[in-house]
Amino acid sequence: MEVTPHTNLAAEPAVAVAADGAVLSNAWLLIALPLAGAALLLLGGRRTDSWGPWLATALPVASFAWALLILFELLGRGAADRAVAVPVYEWFSSGGVAAGADLLIDPLSITFALLITFVGSLIHIYSVGYMAEDPRRRRFFAYLNLFVAAMLTLVLADNFVLLFLGWEGVGLASYLLIGFWQDKTSAAVAAKKAFLINRVGDIGLLVAIMIMFTTVGAVGFSDVFAEVPAMGDGVLLAIGLLLLLGACGKSAQLPLQAWLLDAMEGPTPVSALIHAATMVTAGVYLVVRAGPIFEGAPAAQTAVTVVGAATMLAGGVIASAKDDIKKSLAGSTMSQIGMMVLAAGLGPIGYVAAIAHLVTHGFFKAGLFLGAGSVMHAMNDGVDMRRYGGLRKAMPITFATFGLGYLAIIGFPFLSGWWTKESIISAAFDLGGTTGTVLGVSVIVGAALTAFYMSRMVFMTFFGEKRWDEGVHPHESPAVMTAPMVVLALGSVALGGFLMFGDRFAGFLAPAVAAQPHHFDVAHAFTSPYGIAALAVLVLGVAAAWLVYLRRPVARVAPAGNLVTVAAARELYGNEINEELLMKPGQVLTKVLVKVEDKVIDGVVEGLGMGVRDSSRGLGRSQTGFARTYALTMLFGAVIVAATLVVRF
Amino acid sequence: MIPLIPAEAVEPELPGLTEAAPALDWWLLAPLLTVFAAGVLAVLFEAFVPAGRRGLQIALAALALLTVFGLVLAQMATLPEEGALLAAGVLAVDRTVLFFQGTVAVLALVSLMLIAERRDGRDAFAAQAATVPGSEEERAHIMAGSQHTEVYPLVLFAVLGMLMFPASNDFLTMFIALEVMSLPLYLMCGLARRRRLFSQEAAVKYFLLGAFASAFFLFGIAMVYGYAGSVDFADIRAAVESGGAAVFAGGEGEPLLVMGIGLVGVGLLFKVGAVPFHNWKPDVYQGAPTPITALMASCTLVAAFGALLRVFFVPFGGSVQVWEPMLWTVAILTMVAAAIIAVTQRDVKRLLAYSSVVHAGFILTAVVANSVEGLAGAMFYLAAYGFTTLGAFAVVTLVRTKDGGQEVGDLDQWAGLGRRSPLLAGSLGLFLLAFAGIPLTSGFIGKFAVFEAAVAGGATPLVVVGVLSSAVTAFFYVRIIVVMFFRDPEGEGPTVAPAGVLTGGVIALGVAATLVLGVFPQAFLDRLLPGAEPGAEPVSVTVHQVTAASGEG
Repeated sequence: MEVTPHTNLAAEPAVAVAADGAVLSNAWLLIALPLAGAALLLLGGRRTDSWGPWLATALPVASFAWALLILFELLGRGAADRAVAVPVYEWFSSGGVAAGADLLIDPLSITFALLITFVGSLIHIYSVGYMAEDPRRRRFFAYLNLFVAAMLTLVLADNFVLLFLGWEGVGLASYLLIGFWQDKTSAAVAAKKAFLINRVGDIGLLVAIMIMFTTVGAVGFSDVFAEVPAMGDGVLLAIGLLLLLGACGKSAQLPLQAWLLDAMEGPTPVSALIHAATMVTAGVYLVVRAGPIFEGAPAAQTAVTVVGAATMLAGGVIASAKDDIKKSLAGSTMSQIGMMVLAAGLGPIGYVAAIAHLVTHGFFKAGLFLGAGSVMHAMNDGVDMRRYGGLRKAMPITFATFGLGYLAIIGFPFLSGWWTKESIISAAFDLGGTTGTVLGVSVIVGAALTAFYMSRMVFMTFFGEKRWDEGVHPHESPAVMTAPMVVLALGSVALGGFLMFGDRFAGFLAPAVAAQPHHFDVAHAFTSPYGIAALAVLVLGVAAAWLVYLRRPVARVAPAGNLVTVAAARELYGNEINEELLMKPGQVLTKVLVKVEDKVIDGVVEGLGMGVRDSSRGLGRSQTGFARTYALTMLFGAVIVAATLVVRF
Repeated sequence: MIPLIPAEAVEPELPGLTEAAPALDWWLLAPLLTVFAAGVLAVLFEAFVPAGRRGLQIALAALALLTVFGLVLAQMATLPEEGALLAAGVLAVDRTVLFFQGTVAVLALVSLMLIAERRDGRDAFAAQAATVPGSEEERAHIMAGSQHTEVYPLVLFAVLGMLMFPASNDFLTMFIALEVMSLPLYLMCGLARRRRLFSQEAAVKYFLLGAFASAFFLFGIAMVYGYAGSVDFADIRAAVESGGAAVFAGGEGEPLLVMGIGLVGVGLLFKVGAVPFHNWKPDVYQGAPTPITALMASCTLVAAFGALLRVFFVPFGGSVQVWEPMLWTVAILTMVAAAIIAVTQRDVKRLLAYSSVVHAGFILTAVVANSVEGLAGAMFYLAAYGFTTLGAFAVVTLVRTKDGGQEVGDLDQWAGLGRRSPLLAGSLGLFLLAFAGIPLTSGFIGKFAVFEAAVAGGATPLVVVGVLSSAVTAFFYVRIIVVMFFRDPEGEGPTVAPAGVLTGGVIALGVAATLVLGVFPQAFLDRLLPGAEPGAEPVSVTVHQVTAASGEG
């Protein structure tokens, strides 16, 4: 809801121009297509069972095609004209209040839209194979479409309220999909957990929006950001921290990280799309989009980097200790998103690096998850890596694509992850000062952890001797599943270079987010101390994994382990902390509040209700049914009228 | 009168008799004349077409109402901005008036669909109203399949009154319009096919109380005439602004004006059903045949508010400080008392009647605002409410006792309706949410518009009362939804008569209007409100401007 006329500014530098041309002015189709798919499949019932999944797959593809058209339209414009306000719906404007919903197309939002629709389309295709046997797959595809629509709403909104709508929408879709196998208790519990923890973050975002509305009187991005200089430091800090809280919830950052590992109970395509490539990156989007606010509140910015760094390291440690392949990948996701959040917290210098890493991560992490799904498919849905081993011969395509994703994520030179991770490291060091150095070093440590746990995963899964359970006969997955994996692997290889070489992506994105231009110097990446250090830790991490998990046989049952590994395997006691610190006091508080509710509030409400009812009966008695009484009442009314006319209070 | 004047007497000096016949603008009079001619023709049909006149009557009435709507639309496009005076200044037409006339025509057309609906070959009206209920004679008429096609000419005459009511430019014309509108309604209220004694009681009550209110209205006119020396709105306004007629040069005429405003106000407030002049509404709405209730709840309310707005804005527009406290009091009483009484109602029709009273209170806040925005808000509100309430009453006509007999009004019997016919219950649910003012329904926009105008007009306390009252009303609207959807049916539960094309059409129109005006209201608001750009003229002309026109004329 906006309260001033629609004059949208993307960020400070680029003033949004009005949409013209059919491609831009119909940008709402991006959202409408998958939304229509969800509605059709959910309302259409069993009639759509046979063709529903294919329709649901075609719609994100169509959205992607439209997003591509928009991209070309934007590329055909000057950098200053690439932020476009697309009026979609004006509900009403009466007097001082105007309510409606508009979209903002700019390089940032279209980057996300392309990522969401492209990876989303691939995962829809993959799911056709993955969910082929599931009797409820129509519902699954409907939820996936709903997710795509909500996620697009989130990133295309031009104001915080519409963004919040999308934010809640993806939360809902995530809840439905984590608990998709609802007859599994663990899935239902995980869904509930994800929902509850996300609520904490949502409240943060909601309160932030309320503060904006009360101080600025508007919630449009441009209106709010234009008022940043006029806002007090305290207000900016409060908004910044609350937005960070929202980002923490959605992006599984400390201290709201505990839901993500459990979310792996959902079907693997869901983990790939929602809990790796797109939804969990919404927090990064929020921090970058609300850049002007964070830039106005340095303390909040520092908090962002601290949260990012802590999550990055914690996620790496957890990923190193998990034997469940999906949970290990989830830890990795936490860690990588922590890295992006850290980069986003660097301010203008880090925005491009953060978003670039987000995009390449979307490709290789989705590819890794799909690969993991393919492996699980082959291993009768077993997820314990200690029961894998030597799969590279049985599943050559999966191995090749997973391997490329692996090389990308650990930052093997010239693969996608290397480009974007290097730019985060160099952005951190270029920030300078102690902060920059500390953050840069921590990213390098994070990279070392990444190299270790990913190598561990690959060695345990594809190399070594076969530790398979009885009755398991691994086989390669069907083409409908491997094809998306191949496409994502290609992206894992080439996308980073395509984006970063010659600062192509930086040139596109920087004006939209007011990012500080930051040149990517290939030679520098190999000669600078931190470039060399990054390469060294890469080798070290791989070597350590080789020593522990390849040179020595892997036990089929996890060894007892020492204090560190146990703590890591138990997710650094995140659940226990939540339980002791929040859940138990929360339960006590709930009990007290229920008492208060029963005795005090209900008493008041019921008393009020009874009062109304009694007065209703009393007044109702005037309705006697006799015309004479009514006439008398009218006469009485005339007296009142006369009295008010004479007295004129 | 002319034969009374002796032939050898001097030329009479009474004004109006010697002057040439007034110039008549036939084009602008055409809507009124169309309905009048159709009404007369319908009476002739009653007299001379022996059998099978029902279809003819319906076609005639529908054609007349459609023509009126078309004419109003055409006039809307051609009428000069400042409006025009008709028939020697007894009628005034501006775009506000045209809006009310067009709304009345459309809503009457939709009501006509309900009135024309037949179930098992029987409509909602008594076979022969003159027979004693329960008598042998009545049974004979029912067996013979007699029917009262007189309903259709009565509807046409009532609509004629409704079209004239907001267009009147002097008090006598307005009084005539009031009576032309009311008398057919009194009759039609007593024509119910089932529970006839109840229906007749309602008709008598409505007539007696209506006559009482008319007496107030007439007395008021007399007082105002005494004060201003004229019944013409422009003259009255001029007198109000200059402190009274020439004889009251010292300003001692004020009491006459105050009494006039009060008495005229009572008459008009009775028609809109404001508290404490509302007692007739529950009884009459419940007793009257439901299609007629629908006609009253939509068209009569629109016409009555059109007239009320006109009277308070034009002739009494110069004495806002006199009537504003009075309308404040009445609006608060209306919003509070009706909402509270409605809480314990068990009968759906009575509930809708009280709901109509509360809505009248909400619209009164827009009158108190005394501004263009208030006028526009009231206009939007009335049109939106008209469609929604028609839809709601259409649903009421379908819920009947087991053998397809009389309508079931008792709310307890509505339990489980949502399971039995989800579409019907869903539609009613939508109408109720619109009544409660839930966003994305027309009711929200209407309420927002009138409340916003009231706040801008300095009536914030009134709006606070309105919002609180809204909260109370939401309770009983939602309770109906809860009963329909979440309570198990008692025993057999209600039967839902199959919705014919006509009733189904009314419900569908109600749903469509409620949603369209709720989701895409801007196009309509733009046509009612002054343009967003500074200096832009509103498409609709305010009544204030008619004063100017009539002042010149």
